Amino acid sequence: MTRLIGWVRRNLVVLAGIIALAYLVLPNLVVLAFSFNKPAGKFNYEWQQFSTDAWTDPCGVADMCGSLTLSLKIAALATLGATVLGTMVAFALARYRFSGRAATTALIFLPMAMPEVVMAASLGTLFLNMRIPFGFTTILIAHIMFCLSFVVTAVKARVMSMDPRLEQAAQDLYATPVQTFLRITLPLAAPGIAAGALLSFALSFDDFIITQFNSGPTTVTFPMFVWGASQRGIPVQVNVIGTAMFLAAVVLTVVGQTIGNRRKARA
Amino acid sequence: MTTTTEAAPPEVVPLTAPAKRPRRKLTPYWLLLPGIAWLVVFFAVPMIYQGSTSLQTGSLEEGFKVTWHFATYWDALVEYKWHFVRSFSYAATATVLCLAIGYPLAYTIAFKASKRWRNVILILVIAPFFTSFLIRTLAWKTILSDGGPVVGALNTLHLLDISDALGLTSGHRVLATPLAVVCGLTYNFLPFMILPLYTSLERIDPRLHEAAGDLYARPFTTFRKVTFPISLPGVVAGTLLTFIPASGDYINAQLLGSPSEQMVGNGIQKQFLNVLDYPTAAALSFILMALILGMVTVYMKKAGTEDLV
Repeated sequence: MTRLIGWVRRNLVVLAGIIALAYLVLPNLVVLAFSFNKPAGKFNYEWQQFSTDAWTDPCGVADMCGSLTLSLKIAALATLGATVLGTMVAFALARYRFSGRAATTALIFLPMAMPEVVMAASLGTLFLNMRIPFGFTTILIAHIMFCLSFVVTAVKARVMSMDPRLEQAAQDLYATPVQTFLRITLPLAAPGIAAGALLSFALSFDDFIITQFNSGPTTVTFPMFVWGASQRGIPVQVNVIGTAMFLAAVVLTVVGQTIGNRRKARA
Repeated sequence: MTTTTEAAPPEVVPLTAPAKRPRRKLTPYWLLLPGIAWLVVFFAVPMIYQGSTSLQTGSLEEGFKVTWHFATYWDALVEYKWHFVRSFSYAATATVLCLAIGYPLAYTIAFKASKRWRNVILILVIAPFFTSFLIRTLAWKTILSDGGPVVGALNTLHLLDISDALGLTSGHRVLATPLAVVCGLTYNFLPFMILPLYTSLERIDPRLHEAAGDLYARPFTTFRKVTFPISLPGVVAGTLLTFIPASGDYINAQLLGSPSEQMVGNGIQKQFLNVLDYPTAAALSFILMALILGMVTVYMKKAGTEDLV
């Protein structure tokens, strides 16, 4: 008994860490389990009986897969926009001294330090007053806006840590500025750009608050669909999509890590 | 022979450099232009515009006009004072809980886990990001449901009697109480606490721990005098990344709470999307923004000075 207490005391931190991890993963496990549920009523909160109905017919709910496609489309376009604009800003900040630098940094930092509702309400008010109809475009504009800062932060950190001598070496070897950029700078900055793009995709795909304030009644993204369903009745298929997304993310991360490790091993 | 030809380029470069200079001076501005223009038009301008909206009066049919109607702020504060109190107290509680739960996990990943496990745990911390957080928040409805295992266990331990008495829960249920909302907030923003903590802990040289041990510091003293002070930037970043979004959140209060747990975010959402009273919505978000910026400034100053001393 004293030995057990001693072991617990020595591993207290790890045990607390495991409990924290369980707290983080538990909801995902519940989502997984309830994707096999056959709920009695409209809501999927209580376990009734095992069924694979939802998995065999994931798009069986009206409008759900349409909203999923819309979300994927917006996330892809927002990622593209935010990554291109953000990477340019990051290079300017990491590589050049210029006047107005402090103001630029503040402008990049502020959207990340602002509660989402505040940005959502203010941008929505602007669109309303400019009589710009809410819809696909307004959602996309808003998503690029809040993803930009995250891309800048990710890419800037990477570019700052790059060895400038590698580019000098390329130029010493008669590479033109364009060649140097495409063959040396861009591949070296790629992990930062990829991290920024991945973060943008995840943020945009999962965004609810800003989307709710800046979308019209007809453009329903997947989070908007789930929100609506949480008031009317949640189909089991929502859990199927949630679980599939979780598994896809885990698989992608594992594959990405393995490729990264192999590259490192080769180098 | 070859060395002389290779030495030639550096002599050529200075010759072309002066000609390039004027163009290079403009390069950063060209790079900045599209991104910064986007942020100015769709972030900075709306923020200022919101200030003017909050001082307007009118209706949707007749249109809104700036009338310097400062009373909107007063009315909003009077009507929503408890929403503000709840927002900040729930967010503060969730932040403290995130730190208490997140620190051991970040510490475990940084110092206790083997390299293989470290990656597995990090994936498990990040992966929930990729599942819609609305779905995960709804899962808490199942976990905390009245007939569920959590409520059952808390009831057998008579903990719900205590929390009922404290006003954290009511009627021996967890759902639709402050406890459920704080639990949801803590869960939703926990990764934002863990990742900065991990980044700052990971940089600590383990030899510092050995050195502290060699100087007869007990493990807890080592933590208090060495590890925690070095990880302070991570603590500051993590608490900000948790507190700011949590105080503006309205999803947890809506899905896990009842009308008496509503936060400022719920007020803004209602005024903007249902009541269509844009001046009040603007005033509320302006007050929220000002309060948060004020708190963050004070907090960062305090954390900064403690760091220096």
